Amino acid sequence: MAYQWDFAPVLANAPFLAEGLANTLKITGTALVCGVVLGLALALLRLSPRCFLSWPAGFVIEVFRTTPPLVQLFWFFFALPILVGIEMTPFVAGAVTFSIQSASFFAEVFRAGIQSIERGQWDGARAIGMRHDQALRRIILPQAVKRMIPAFMERAIELMKTTTLIATISYADLLFAANEISQKTFRPLETYTVVALIYFVVIFLASQVARLVELRLARSGESTVH
Amino acid sequence: MTILKVTGLTKRFGTTDVLRGIDLEVARGERIAILGASGSGKSTLLRCLNFMERPGGGTIALDGQVLGREGKSGERTYRENELIQVRQRVGMVFQQFNLFPHMTAIGNVMEGLRTVRGMPKPEAEARARKELARVGLAEKAETYPAHLSGGQKQRVAIARALAMDPEMLLFDEPTSALDPELVGEVLAVILALAEEGRTMMLVTHELGFAYHVATRIIFLADGAIHEQGSPDEVLKNPKKERTRAFLASHKQFSF
Repeated sequence: MAYQWDFAPVLANAPFLAEGLANTLKITGTALVCGVVLGLALALLRLSPRCFLSWPAGFVIEVFRTTPPLVQLFWFFFALPILVGIEMTPFVAGAVTFSIQSASFFAEVFRAGIQSIERGQWDGARAIGMRHDQALRRIILPQAVKRMIPAFMERAIELMKTTTLIATISYADLLFAANEISQKTFRPLETYTVVALIYFVVIFLASQVARLVELRLARSGESTVH
Repeated sequence: MTILKVTGLTKRFGTTDVLRGIDLEVARGERIAILGASGSGKSTLLRCLNFMERPGGGTIALDGQVLGREGKSGERTYRENELIQVRQRVGMVFQQFNLFPHMTAIGNVMEGLRTVRGMPKPEAEARARKELARVGLAEKAETYPAHLSGGQKQRVAIARALAMDPEMLLFDEPTSALDPELVGEVLAVILALAEEGRTMMLVTHELGFAYHVATRIIFLADGAIHEQGSPDEVLKNPKKERTRAFLASHKQFSF
């Protein structure tokens, strides 16, 4: 069977796809920024010696790591409004879900990074009179972040792919646009091929940039410790 | 004049008593070398003095001021701010250098001045250059630790400690991680500091150096001071059997 490829109807909808991509980048960017900030906070709380800080942080991390993101999204979009009476737009529900969800993974990346720094670095920082937070900010995190970049990138890619779930609550992201175009043009094969290609290009370019940053950092000064 | 007074200092890790009641008075200008077999508590004693480890029991007084306060359960509690002050007054140099690998040599030396003291950059940089020059590394200011030899790293670490104007310096086996040919340059820097009359305590295995640089030798065994006195007394005429055995084992292959 020879399938007759015809991309013309799909490409005619390019503006619609562009808008979908813009919305995908918007939700990914929002969740990425919030997720990293919240993830760092969760990691620091979890590493705290005070159990009234570390336990709740650990609880949030484990709950969001062990439940499906689609269930989380539905919970925030459909269930939470019933509980607290606040209606959320699809974007807000998605942003909240993906921020906390990615934060729980970023928290583990941060924690592993911080714990990979040898004790001597804390000793060196404390011996010149640094407070805990100064040592963390000036000595520990700058070194930990370098080691975290590969794992961090992995999570960021995962996040972008996870955001496609937001199409299920009618947010006009790239996948949502694809669904619409596919139904309108009766060209699902071409539509989803183009969309897959767009995801590939965006994520591939982003990971190349990350690799460059990683190399640049490794070259600046040192790549090995001691 | 006493700068540091330690009374009944104890420390236990798990079920092991590492320090079993150390009493020690350090006068300004004194240079104390601490000797002892591995596991005798030398490093732990030193690390308790600037609170890298929390003392288990006993008290530490700096300049007549007893640190911490008695808690309800009889254990002493220490406020972080108090310990931060102490650590700036009692500098420490580590066996493994613990330089910050993401900063240049001068960055390492400036770090305490900038972050802890809040000193403006030009001033901190000038001060750091002075300290690097003192340890003979002025020309390595912009070099990262990864490109320095072990001896150079340890000299940067000494400069980093000196930049904070400590009243007392603690050296925790400063040459044990070095290749033999690099030991000399670090000892020379420590000797120069000794000649300036600085107060220092030094955990070391270099008996010859301890003999020349120290004003007092303390021999530690099983977490307690077993014998102490002048270098001549302890190293040449030890009174206790264990001190003699320790010295004999260290001189076994001397010629």
